[in-house]
Amino acid sequence: MAIDKIWVLAEERESGPTPITLELLTEARTVATTVEAVAWGTNTAALAATLGEYGATTVYDVGDVQGALPGVPVAGAVAALIAGGNVPDAILVPATYDGRDFAGRLSVKLDRPVLTNVTGLVAGDSLSSQHPVFGGSHIVTAQFTGPGPGIFVIRAKSFAAEPAGGSPAQVVAAPAPAAGSASGARILQKHEEARTGPKLDEASVVVSGGRGLGGAEHYSLIEELAGLLHGAAGASRAIVDAGWVPYSHQVGQTGKTVKPTVYLACGISGATQHLVGMKGSKNIVAVNKDQDAPIFSVADLGIVGDVHKVLPALIEELKARS
Amino acid sequence: MNVVVCVKQIPDPAAPASLDPGTKTLDRSGKLILDDSDSYGVEMALQLASGEGDEVTLVSMAPNGETSGLRTALAMGAARAILVSDEALAGSDALGTAKVLAAAIQRAQADLVLTATESTDGYTGTTPVQVAELLGWPSVTFAKKVTIDGSTVKVERQTEAGYDDVESPLPAVVTVTAGVVEPRYPSFKGIMAAKSKPVDNVTVADLGIDASQVGAAGARQVITEVTPAEARGGGEIVVDDGDGASRIADFLEQLKVV
Ligand SMILES: Cc1cc2nc3c(=O)[nH]c(=O)nc-3n(C[C@H](O)[C@H](O)[C@H](O)COP(=O)(O)OP(=O)(O)OC[C@H]3O[C@@H](n4cnc5c(N)ncnc54)[C@H](O)[C@@H]3O)c2cc1C
Ligand SMILES: Nc1ncnc2c1ncn2[C@@H]1O[C@H](COP(=O)(O)O)[C@@H](O)[C@H]1O
Repeated sequence: MAIDKIWVLAEERESGPTPITLELLTEARTVATTVEAVAWGTNTAALAATLGEYGATTVYDVGDVQGALPGVPVAGAVAALIAGGNVPDAILVPATYDGRDFAGRLSVKLDRPVLTNVTGLVAGDSLSSQHPVFGGSHIVTAQFTGPGPGIFVIRAKSFAAEPAGGSPAQVVAAPAPAAGSASGARILQKHEEARTGPKLDEASVVVSGGRGLGGAEHYSLIEELAGLLHGAAGASRAIVDAGWVPYSHQVGQTGKTVKPTVYLACGISGATQHLVGMKGSKNIVAVNKDQDAPIFSVADLGIVGDVHKVLPALIEELKARS
Repeated sequence: MNVVVCVKQIPDPAAPASLDPGTKTLDRSGKLILDDSDSYGVEMALQLASGEGDEVTLVSMAPNGETSGLRTALAMGAARAILVSDEALAGSDALGTAKVLAAAIQRAQADLVLTATESTDGYTGTTPVQVAELLGWPSVTFAKKVTIDGSTVKVERQTEAGYDDVESPLPAVVTVTAGVVEPRYPSFKGIMAAKSKPVDNVTVADLGIDASQVGAAGARQVITEVTPAEARGGGEIVVDDGDGASRIADFLEQLKVV
């Protein structure tokens, strides 16, 4: 039994599909004969061209969810399609906030489990998924048993996105059925943080700081370095939880996955949950005063030293060399 | 107001983790402790349910009648606990766990259910939303601030770029991030009081759940293989002798990022 049809949950950012949407479409193309997308919002017709270019022949359009958190209506719409006899072999879901909500809701509607934290897919008779464990030192391969579509929640940057040059996906309306009491959560207002420089998950250089910086006031060292390298400033969860920097800076399991050309980790211990978010970087530089810090096990260049000495000196050095 | 907090009891994350050679799932046979991620939910619940007649109930599913993690949360101030422990539950997947938690929550007449966004050992992050769907309730995930206004819960929910103000009618499930509040340390008095707080031990049958739906029997995912990942290694580690900065600058220059 080959894999016939895969659906990809398509998310939108700045009036285009998100990078992970395109990554999932690309991978779906390599494992299945037919790739289709599911989208919501008021802009699906405009997304259809790019979704098609990356391999989706059809996009099911849930339409405007009117301020609701999308998990409930979008899962309802997908479950209705499936109940109507349109059954994919697998549904690929981005590991984002809304993606995870969707997967949890759909799982119960279909009475099918979910495989999460997926970073690879293997196509055989059925689809298997790969999951890094113990901070990425081992890979677990898992599979669904029993009938019904497999729901896979996949981490960003697990696959490279490549267009296939397809024509625009055909837009098919897939309205959400009434969801009753489950659908009460509403977004009243969105708040976006101002950002300078490249996006954290798109930058070719990421400079991240951790608790070793010693205090919120020292994060400016990270920002200045990131600025000099035309990169983005990242953080460990410890300093996000401590309120030094906003959550949007967090790299790791519950934060962003980054794969820059260079990742510079400053005063970060290298906990497993941090490593899974940055271990795929092409080059890793670490500065930590503890020579046994786990971050050094993944570093291409490790400096055993004090961030308060090394970072100011590096800033001066870079200014002098430019 | 009755606030239920789902708390997971997990192997100590500081101890080296191991996989059960048979099922290749995490070995949970040793002593278990309160998942640190859930201490934020417990603290949040104690703050929200601080009025007259308010109560915090814990719900946990764990093997071997484990209560040490529950005692920690009871010592923080929760009033009671429901513990689901049953041999039939070994090997449950997140959906099986959610079915059990949802049934246990129904016994507690909750107005609000708090959980962590993800557990430290399983980190599927899907259990809470599955619970909400099973109960037919709304859910708001990734809360970084939670307030109650009458029969409405107001949440600041993390997003990729910032946060959203979200409102939901109660009852609802809310998942809280670490850092949402500072969990209190149990006082000596709290620890003593926790010893006599009620823990309701229930089985799968007590919850009216068909044993074939949960545990290994009901799980519909299997682990087929565990392999070592490609190691990175081969890096150069040098002690800073005042030349650390120039070493980094050289390395960056070599990569043509400066
Ligand atoms: C479910 C779950 C999800 C998680 N998700 C994430 C995630 O997405 N991202 C994440 O980062 N973490 C995550 N964590 C947290 C993770 O386990 C660690 O607690 C966190 O990464 C530690 O941050 P840190 O390295 O900044 O702090 P620490 O572990 O405290 O490390 C500080 C380091 O700084 C060094 N240091 C101290 N002073 C100096 C100095 N002057 N100069 C140089 N070095 C110095 C120390 O040697 C130490 O190695 C998660 C945890 C859980 C349970
Ligand atoms: N066995 C359990 N008992 C109680 N709560 C649980 C259990 N499993 C998961 N949870 C709750 O659901 C959250 C998410 O878990 P997970 O889906 O494993 O990432 C946890 O942080 C807990 O709050």
